[in-house]
Amino acid sequence: MRLDARVHVAIGGLDLRVELVLGDDQVLAVLGPNGAGKTTLLRALAGLVPLDGGHVALDGVVLEDPRAGAFVPPERRHMGVVFQDGLLFPHLGALDNVAFGLHCRGVPRAAARERARAWLARVGLAGRESARPRTLSGGEAQRVALARALAIEPTVLLLDEPLAALDVSTRAAVRRELTEHLRGFRGVRLLVTHDPLEAAILADRVMILESGRVVQDGPPADVTARPRSRWVADLAGVNLLRGTAHGERIELGMGGTLVVAEPADGEVLAVVRPRAVTLHRVRPAGSPRNVWQGEVVSIDDEGSRLRVSVGGPIPIVAEVTRGAVAELSLAPGVLVWVAVKATDITSYPA
Amino acid sequence: MTRRRAPVPRPAVALAVLGAALFVLPLVGLVARTPWTALASALGSPEAMAALRLSLVCSLSATAVSVVLGLPLAWVQARAAFPGRALVRALTMLPIVLPPVVGGVALLTAFGRRGLVGRWLDEALGVRLGFTTAGAVLAETFVAMPFFVLAVEAALRGVDTRLEDAARTLGAGRWRVFRLVTLPLAAPAVGAGALLCWARALGEFGATITFAGNMPGRTQTLPLAVYVALESRPEAGIALSLVLLVLAVAVLVGLRGRWLGAP
Amino acid sequence: MRDLHRRAALSVRATGALAVVLALGARLGGAWADEPPPVVVFAAVSLSQAFGALESEFRRDHPERRAVFNFEGSSRLVHQIHEGMRADVFASADETNMESARADGALAGPPRIFARNTLVIAVQPGNPKGIRGLADLGRPGLTVALCAPDVPAGRYARQAFAKAGVAVPEASQELDVRAALVKVMVGEADAAIVYATDVRTAGDRVTAVALPPEHDVVARYPIAVLKDAQNPAAARAFVDFVLGPTGQAVLGRFGFLAP
Repeated sequence: MRLDARVHVAIGGLDLRVELVLGDDQVLAVLGPNGAGKTTLLRALAGLVPLDGGHVALDGVVLEDPRAGAFVPPERRHMGVVFQDGLLFPHLGALDNVAFGLHCRGVPRAAARERARAWLARVGLAGRESARPRTLSGGEAQRVALARALAIEPTVLLLDEPLAALDVSTRAAVRRELTEHLRGFRGVRLLVTHDPLEAAILADRVMILESGRVVQDGPPADVTARPRSRWVADLAGVNLLRGTAHGERIELGMGGTLVVAEPADGEVLAVVRPRAVTLHRVRPAGSPRNVWQGEVVSIDDEGSRLRVSVGGPIPIVAEVTRGAVAELSLAPGVLVWVAVKATDITSYPA
Repeated sequence: MTRRRAPVPRPAVALAVLGAALFVLPLVGLVARTPWTALASALGSPEAMAALRLSLVCSLSATAVSVVLGLPLAWVQARAAFPGRALVRALTMLPIVLPPVVGGVALLTAFGRRGLVGRWLDEALGVRLGFTTAGAVLAETFVAMPFFVLAVEAALRGVDTRLEDAARTLGAGRWRVFRLVTLPLAAPAVGAGALLCWARALGEFGATITFAGNMPGRTQTLPLAVYVALESRPEAGIALSLVLLVLAVAVLVGLRGRWLGAP
Repeated sequence: MRDLHRRAALSVRATGALAVVLALGARLGGAWADEPPPVVVFAAVSLSQAFGALESEFRRDHPERRAVFNFEGSSRLVHQIHEGMRADVFASADETNMESARADGALAGPPRIFARNTLVIAVQPGNPKGIRGLADLGRPGLTVALCAPDVPAGRYARQAFAKAGVAVPEASQELDVRAALVKVMVGEADAAIVYATDVRTAGDRVTAVALPPEHDVVARYPIAVLKDAQNPAAARAFVDFVLGPTGQAVLGRFGFLAP
């Protein structure tokens, strides 16, 4: 099974252009900040938002192609969608919610109810058949939503921020169950999220979407190890710098120079882990090739480790202990010397 | 711990009492002057029975037409985006603001025997609406349908379209979505709208008498019968008024405080 | 200093407002004090045009007096008088309604007949349905407008049917004779039984089918001063005028027969 899509949607202020090929062997997470177009992408694949250009095809069958005038409406795409708030029908009980899709597909009433009952049991809600959505907890509602989408045995499963509406404690439990269901599902699986942890745990492949464009696409570890945008870098908690490499020197776009261990040429991205950044009161002498002076901008308390943001020729974040901060009397406005070993910098082509 | 409510200022109370009296006193007067002993004979007369039966038939028919035509109209107004939508919405609300007699005159110009459409109806189909029960139904529909459309449109706007999206992804076509999701969710407001529509149709006078005439057994609905009876047989007029009052109270009880839109 | 100016400006404005109010009040009060109140005449609808013309003549003869009219079906007018609406003069299209008012104790003196009228059948111009008499009105498919039974024209019409030995056809019950006539004029009704004076005023917008004398009913119009009259002298003057030569001449011009 293969989903092949080139999605071009211009809606509101968003210009979404995404090319995506997804088989049934991987779970894809589309990750990005709010407003990136993730939900629009999902809705476009489901047929809820018409394409302005491009196409959507499943196993060679064209579901949508504006230029050819082809459009298969959502009700005939046979895709299961789990929405962010569950979107259970408030006037129907849990069982009727799950049976809804079967009912629409012509399954006789009794059989539909039986299958729905089985699915409710599978998501751990046996006995709650007649419960109205408003009496269900967030986690329970999301489980019913999942059962409802899976009950129609779709070929494609789309999940829109499935855990976003849940509180932290429920999230972990539902995430575990979701992982199992995703693993057991035969078909194309795509989920949309703004939570990198969710993406990392649930997906085999991550596609970063920012302002309507794909910025990165690869295994979760790769994406965080080699972020290609500020947003991902921030998410991964690393320093990301951009510049032009000439051998072992990188001329940074913002000014300043870095010395790295691996020579390279051309546009590069350089990653520096905050814990590899050292701070000094006086200019350090020693092996670090990258030394400069800056001014403390802010200090973020993260418990036993503190993140010190230093401005200057090369803005950077350092992670140090509380004791170190006290000993160096670090505070906003204080001048410090920053040192980074060349071997602690990872660079890769932009 | 119960919270103490701030006392209502005295002048407000006084005005409120006056306001309430304005509504209560006429009803008290009506009940007080009802000829209770002669009620049965007053109501049992063939004219009264005919008027009552006609009123029920016409108002229920008008409500049915309002529902059949009003549901799609409300849906289009609530959901479809087309040029001139604001104008259409304003026009469908017009009969609420228009004096009923003016409505009757307007209906005459359109559907009267010499009217725009009426002329064609008469010549091509031999169909006439004036002085017929159908004409009375048309007049009542004209004044009452906007209430229904107003209530339903508000309800439809309140239904989360994302729920409809969910239904579509599950395999429901547009009509199924409307029938299984939108309508059930809007149902309470639809019911209230229909009830309000029925009440308005039942009480219609000006448009009916102008357009459909005052023919006993055909177009002389209860309000018209009251008006005619008042001059010669006031007791009958008051008795019939009481019937309408009882029906009105029944409608209010049925609505149970829910009006055009939010509960 | 500024404060003083402000206060001065305020008092000027207040005085100005007061002056306006007083002037208005004087004007209105003056309207009541200087000019005598108009004579309020409740008159049957069939008298609309005639009394309208009569009023200007009345004013010519009595310059300081005006008459204002309330034209409705006579039964409605009796009801209004009974419910306490203030009027000076009542001119009815039949004696039954006047008798009803008298029984109520509403009259100041005995009523007097001031005009008579006859009935006609008003039909579409050119009489497309070929209606020749009362018997034709019972034809199926014809739409007939009559007045309600208590409205004089309605009562007279039913008397005419009785005289002709014809059953009263299924018909609308209009609230006054003008409404019945209008139904024919706009094309909604094929026929209506109205007064001869009504078709005169309608001109060529309706055609009149006369009734044979043995079927026709003569309407007698009484007029009386009301006990509740605010202006009994003016009311009596109006009644006398109607009965006098000028008033009778005007009525005759509109087709009314002498009393």
